[in-house]
Amino acid sequence: MINASLKQLSALLAQRKISSVELTQLHLDRIARLNPGLNAFVTVDAARSLAQARAADARIAAGAARPLTGIPVALKDIFCAQGWRTTCGSQMLANFVSPYDAHVVERLNAAGAVMLGKTNMDEFAMGSSTETCFWGPVRNPWDPARVPGGSSGGSAAAVAARMAPMAIGTDTGGSIRQPAALTGICGLKPTYGVVSRYGMVAFASSLDQGGPMAKSAEDLALMLNVMACFDARDSTSLERPAEDYTRGLAAPLAGDRAAPLGGVRIGVPKEYFGAGLGSDVGAAVEAALAQFEKLGAKRVAISLPNSALSVPAYYVIAPAEASSNLSRFDGVRYGYRAPDYADLLDMYRKSRAQGFGAEVKRRILIGTYVLSHGYYDAYYLKAQKIRRLIAQDFAAAYAQCDLILGPTSPSVAFALGAKASDPVEMYLNDIYTVSANLAGLPAMSIPCGFGEGGMPVGLQLTGNYFAEANMLGAAHQYQLATDWHTRQPGGVE
Amino acid sequence: MSLSLQEVRRVALLARIEITDREAQAAQVQLNEIFKLIEQMQSVDTEGIVPMAHAQDVVQRLREDRVTETDQHALYQSVAPQVENGLYLVPKVIE
Repeated sequence: MINASLKQLSALLAQRKISSVELTQLHLDRIARLNPGLNAFVTVDAARSLAQARAADARIAAGAARPLTGIPVALKDIFCAQGWRTTCGSQMLANFVSPYDAHVVERLNAAGAVMLGKTNMDEFAMGSSTETCFWGPVRNPWDPARVPGGSSGGSAAAVAARMAPMAIGTDTGGSIRQPAALTGICGLKPTYGVVSRYGMVAFASSLDQGGPMAKSAEDLALMLNVMACFDARDSTSLERPAEDYTRGLAAPLAGDRAAPLGGVRIGVPKEYFGAGLGSDVGAAVEAALAQFEKLGAKRVAISLPNSALSVPAYYVIAPAEASSNLSRFDGVRYGYRAPDYADLLDMYRKSRAQGFGAEVKRRILIGTYVLSHGYYDAYYLKAQKIRRLIAQDFAAAYAQCDLILGPTSPSVAFALGAKASDPVEMYLNDIYTVSANLAGLPAMSIPCGFGEGGMPVGLQLTGNYFAEANMLGAAHQYQLATDWHTRQPGGVE
Repeated sequence: MSLSLQEVRRVALLARIEITDREAQAAQVQLNEIFKLIEQMQSVDTEGIVPMAHAQDVVQRLREDRVTETDQHALYQSVAPQVENGLYLVPKVIE
């Protein structure tokens, strides 16, 4: 049951072989057993979840079920859900109970999915290891001495340890894809604007995008069908006709049964296979490329010449936007307020000094500095110009190929604490993922083997704008031919 | 470039974050390491490149000018640190 796909779960629910209450209870039991060791969930409310499950069962009985009805979902604690504590991994919001639902949560509720709980994350999504959380670090189900990646590390660990059949995350610079890679699951960051940011605590608004995390490309497609929708309350939500993201799964893109990916051109950027890439990760990704070729895809050598500048540009743009977004946390309308202060300014300064953790403060300081008088042109404007160059690199590449394939992360999961004291080394984990956010392109990570210490390796597929269905289709064909995505960590049976 | 201790303190003040001397010294070291990474941006010529603020070239939508929100101030203030008579309380700013 815990390894069933969403489609299988939906069929079992429809045939009444299992009820949503039973399915929810099964996962709540697993959380009770496994979460103390992994710390993936920060809030669980069994009574609330089971009430939703009962409603889902009634809906199934009434013949009004939709594909996700009755299936439990774990929410990254960045998504507001009415009545649920929403902390964003921060002391600043440790007692914040959301008075409203995020758009994505509304959509999942309307689909009949069951909220299973809120998952741990790097504070305000700022991190690549899920170690900067106020609630303590998340551990990787494949090896509890290692990190699960971040910032959506709780959601990733929840799916990897089969504590949830599906989870949602957010991705500002790789926060869905990198933890998916490091925990051996699948995760997709949609084209910017496809999933509404309403009710998602803002980090860097021009980069933030919510997306699905699950065990297979097929599961991601079913989830994205629910999550993607125009929403007038997000001023950057794109107004476009609804898409069926499962449409690429059934029929091969262009080829035939023997070569289902025939005609698909896969671009391999030379910059993604150079210095800095772990040889174990490189070997697994090369083997996956060979598998894609076996399925009929054509390998094309491409170049993304400004790749190396993506991390420097990102660490100007994201902190700049964060410093502005996080100015709302001032101890007045919601969130933490320092117990003692002299006057208003002192109240702001103390509340923010005490309520934010070290990494969040660091990024606010960077952001404030690059936006301050005299430095704006040299940093912020320069970074925005480089952002344009990076987007142009992709545009040129997509004249030669349909999808871009490379590693998601330069290494497999690293040890807890290994990079915690060196921000720059931590930031370089994002080397292959941040470009998609800067350009606004859809990108996903799927498991493609194992590396050092038997830890999972993820490959990244990046598509052109709105190419999600094609990406999911290609990933699905790969997963029909391989079984990396079915592997499950030992010790969490 | 590198940030002086005084600049770190000034930025912290602008950001409304109280910072101790020890924290300022630690932040100075870390920020300067981070800015070494950021300085790599200067290696590329961006003359004439139009800055990209946003991933999609879309125009800001306008909505009809009418009230769409209902009064939920009691609900929204239920999560505030200090409220009285529907007002957010802060330390006195006018003598």
